[in-house]
Amino acid sequence: MRLDIILAGVGGQGILSIATVLGYAALESGLQLKQAEVHGMSQRGGEVQSHLRIADRPIYSDLIPAGSADMILSVEPMESLRYLPFLSPEGWLVTNTTPFRNIDNYPELDRVIGEVKKVRHHVAIDADAIAREHNNARGMNMVMVGAASLFLPLELERLKEGIGYIFARKGEDVVERNLATLEAGRSFAEEYRATAL
Amino acid sequence: MKNNTLLLLGDEAVAQGALDAGISGFYAYPGTPSTEIMEYALNSRQAAEGKVHRMWSANEKTAVEAALGMSYAGKRTMAMMKHVGLNVAADAFVNSALTGANGGLIVTVADDPSMHSSQNEQDSRFFGKFAMIPMLEPSNQQEAYEMCFSAFELSERHETPVLLRLTTRIAHSRAGITRREPLAQHGITLPQDKRQFVLLPAIARKRYKVLLSRQEAFEQEALDSPYNRYFDGDDKRLGIIACGIAYNYVMENYQDSGCPHPQLKLSQYPVPRKLIERLVNECDRILVVEDGMPVVEEMLRGLLDRDLRVLGRISGELPRDGELNPALLRQALGFEAQPGGTVPDGIVPRPPALCAGCSHIDSMNAINEAIREVYGDGHVFSDIGCYTLGALPPYNSINSCVDMGASITMAKGAADAGLYPSAAIIGDSTFTHSGMTALLDAVVENTNMLVCILDNSTTAMTGGQDSHAHGRLVQICEGLGVHPDHIRTLRPTPKTHDEFVEIIKEELAYEGVSVIIPQRECVQTKTRRTKLAKQGAQ
Ligand SMILES: Cc1ncc(C[n+]2csc(CCOP(=O)(O)OP(=O)(O)O)c2C)c(N)n1
Ligand code: SF4
Repeated sequence: MRLDIILAGVGGQGILSIATVLGYAALESGLQLKQAEVHGMSQRGGEVQSHLRIADRPIYSDLIPAGSADMILSVEPMESLRYLPFLSPEGWLVTNTTPFRNIDNYPELDRVIGEVKKVRHHVAIDADAIAREHNNARGMNMVMVGAASLFLPLELERLKEGIGYIFARKGEDVVERNLATLEAGRSFAEEYRATAL
Repeated sequence: MKNNTLLLLGDEAVAQGALDAGISGFYAYPGTPSTEIMEYALNSRQAAEGKVHRMWSANEKTAVEAALGMSYAGKRTMAMMKHVGLNVAADAFVNSALTGANGGLIVTVADDPSMHSSQNEQDSRFFGKFAMIPMLEPSNQQEAYEMCFSAFELSERHETPVLLRLTTRIAHSRAGITRREPLAQHGITLPQDKRQFVLLPAIARKRYKVLLSRQEAFEQEALDSPYNRYFDGDDKRLGIIACGIAYNYVMENYQDSGCPHPQLKLSQYPVPRKLIERLVNECDRILVVEDGMPVVEEMLRGLLDRDLRVLGRISGELPRDGELNPALLRQALGFEAQPGGTVPDGIVPRPPALCAGCSHIDSMNAINEAIREVYGDGHVFSDIGCYTLGALPPYNSINSCVDMGASITMAKGAADAGLYPSAAIIGDSTFTHSGMTALLDAVVENTNMLVCILDNSTTAMTGGQDSHAHGRLVQICEGLGVHPDHIRTLRPTPKTHDEFVEIIKEELAYEGVSVIIPQRECVQTKTRRTKLAKQGAQ
C-alpha cells in the first residue's frame, strides 16, 4: 500500500493538525510515513503545503513526485488548484470552499470553484460552515479529515484515536466535539459522492 | 506511539541523536532550516534532566567558539546554523580544523537549495573540503539520528571537528526514528597537549602538518563507512553517484524494479576515491546527483573537463541550480514524465507579508515620509529580518539586504562617499548578531548617518526566539560611544506616526551618528506569550 497526499492551505490555517491525525493513524496501523513541511518565510499568510507519504514499505523521497499524488487535501479552494500538477489522473481533490482572502487580487470565487469541479474526482465542501453547525468553529480541519477519510485506506477508528491523541490535553469535551465534526465531514462526502457521480 | 518510534523532523532527529550520544552542550544562532535543532533541545526533558547546555548564542561565530571551548574541556558538543551562518563562523570553523577537537565536536549546517528562505544556495560541503575535515550528509532522518553517534566517535577518534550537512528537505521532513540506548555524558578532561589550541605560527605549522597527515585516515573512514554503499547492477551503461538525500530521488524511480545500474550512495566525505574508481572503471557513463552545488561532479570533471562521460548539473542532465526532486531525476534517468494536471489561469501567489499590527509597518511609514518623500528613493540600507519585507509594495522603503549587519556598514560606506541622508534599518537580533561592531566603525569617525534599530523584543523572522538585545539596546549604543542625546526611543504605532517622523527629521539634521530605537513587541510573540500565560493561570 502506498498513499501520497498533498496537504494545502495558507500559513496559520493549521494544516499540520491534519497531518498529525493522519500520521498518527498511519503509525498506529504499523505503516511507514514521511511528511515534508514548510517552515520559515512562507508561514506568515503565505501559501503552505505539506507532502504526506504513507506506505507499508520503505519510502524514499520526502517529496511526492509530480503527477502521482493520490489526493490533494486543501483547507482553501484556490490553494487546492495550485498543486494540480502533483495530482495523479486517478487522484482525488478534496477541498474546503471557504476562501481565505488575504490578497487584493484573489480570483472570483465562482471561477475557482468551477475549476475545482472540472477535476474528475473531487469533493467541494464548505468545511467552515459545517464546523460552525457543529458548534466547533475551529474544527474546519477535522471536517476535512472526515471528508478525506472516505477515500483513504486508513481505518476510521485509527483516525478517531488520532483525534483523541491531539486533543486529549484540551479535555474530553473538545475531543467529543471534534469526533462529531469528523463524522459530519465524512457524511457530507458520502452524500456528495452519491450525487456527483 | 507504538514500537517506541518517535516521529521527528530531520532537525529534531539530530537533536535527539546528539542527546542520546551524550552531548553536553548545544550552541546555535537561529536560521531556517536549522532552527528546530535548538528548539527541540530547549524543550527536551531529557536535556533538562541531564543539565545539557542549550541556549542561543549571539551569532554563529560565538556558537562555534563556545562549542570549541566545550570540546577543549573534553565534552561532546554541537554548534548549529544555517548555511550562510557558516560564513560568519568561518574563521573559527576553519581554524578549529587545525586545533583539532578534544571532546567530540560536530558543526551542523543546514543548506537551503532553492533558497526557500535564504539569500543564496551555497553548499557547505565546499567548506568541509576547504577546512579538510570529515563530513557526513544523511540521506534520511534515521541516518541523521545515527550520524550524531558516528560523528562524535569519528571526532574523538581523530581529534577533529566533523561537519554534519543537512538540507532543507531533510531538516523539515518528519519520519519515524528508532532510538538507541542513550550514552552518558563525558566528564571534564583537558587536552593532553596544552599547546594544541595555541595557533601561534610555529605551532600552527605543526598542527597543519598533523591535519594533512590525517587526510588518508579520514578517507579510509569514508571508505569503511556504513553510510557509503556500493550497489552493483547489471546495466553498466550508466553508473550513479548519489550524494545525501539525492539517493532517495534516484531510488524513488526504481522502487518497484530495483536500480539496474551500479550505484554509489555517498554520505560520508572526503570522497572515498576507491569506490569512485570502481564505478568509473565499470561503467560507460557516470551520473552525479547532488542536492546543492555540483561539488563531486566538479571534482570528477577536473579542470580540463575532457572526459565527456560525466553527467550532472554541469552537463545539463540536471538543472544547474535549485533543489532536486523525483521528477527531475525521472527525466535525467530517461523516463517519460508522469502526466499531471496544470495550474488553471488566475491562481495568484500569496507573497509573505508583514502581519497586521506589526510595528515594522509603522517604522516603514515614518521612514518613507521622512526620507523617501523628501529626498527620493535610494537612501535606506537594510538588513535581514521580517522588516526586509519593507522592500515590497506597498512600502518600497528599503534599498539593500545583503548579509546580517551589512545595513549599518553599507550606510557608512555610502555616507563616506557623500550620500546624504544615509540611513540603516536593522532588527534588534541582527544588531547584536553583527551590527554592534559596524556601529562602532561609524562612531569612531562620527559618520553622518542614521541607524534605526527596530526593537520588537525577538528574533521574529525565524519564529520568535529570544533576542540577546532585549532590554540592552540603549546601554549598548551608549557603551559603543553614540552620544546619549542622539539615542532616541519611542513606541511606534499609527498614533505616534507624526512624532516618529519628527524624530527622524531632527536626527537627520544632526551631523553625526544618530540611533533611533522604535520599541514594540512582535504581534506574534506577544499573542503566544499571552496565550501561554493564560494557560499557566488556569
Ligand atoms: C548569518 C545568518 N544567520 C541567520 C540568518 C537567519 N535569519 C534571518 S533574519 C534573522 C533574525 C531577524 O531578527 P531581527 O533582526 O530581530 O528582526 P525581526 O525578524 O525580529 O524583525 C535570522 C536569524 C541569516 N539570514 N544569516
Ligand atoms: S512575525 Fe512579528 S515582526 Fe514579523 S511581521 Fe509578524 S508581527 Fe512583524
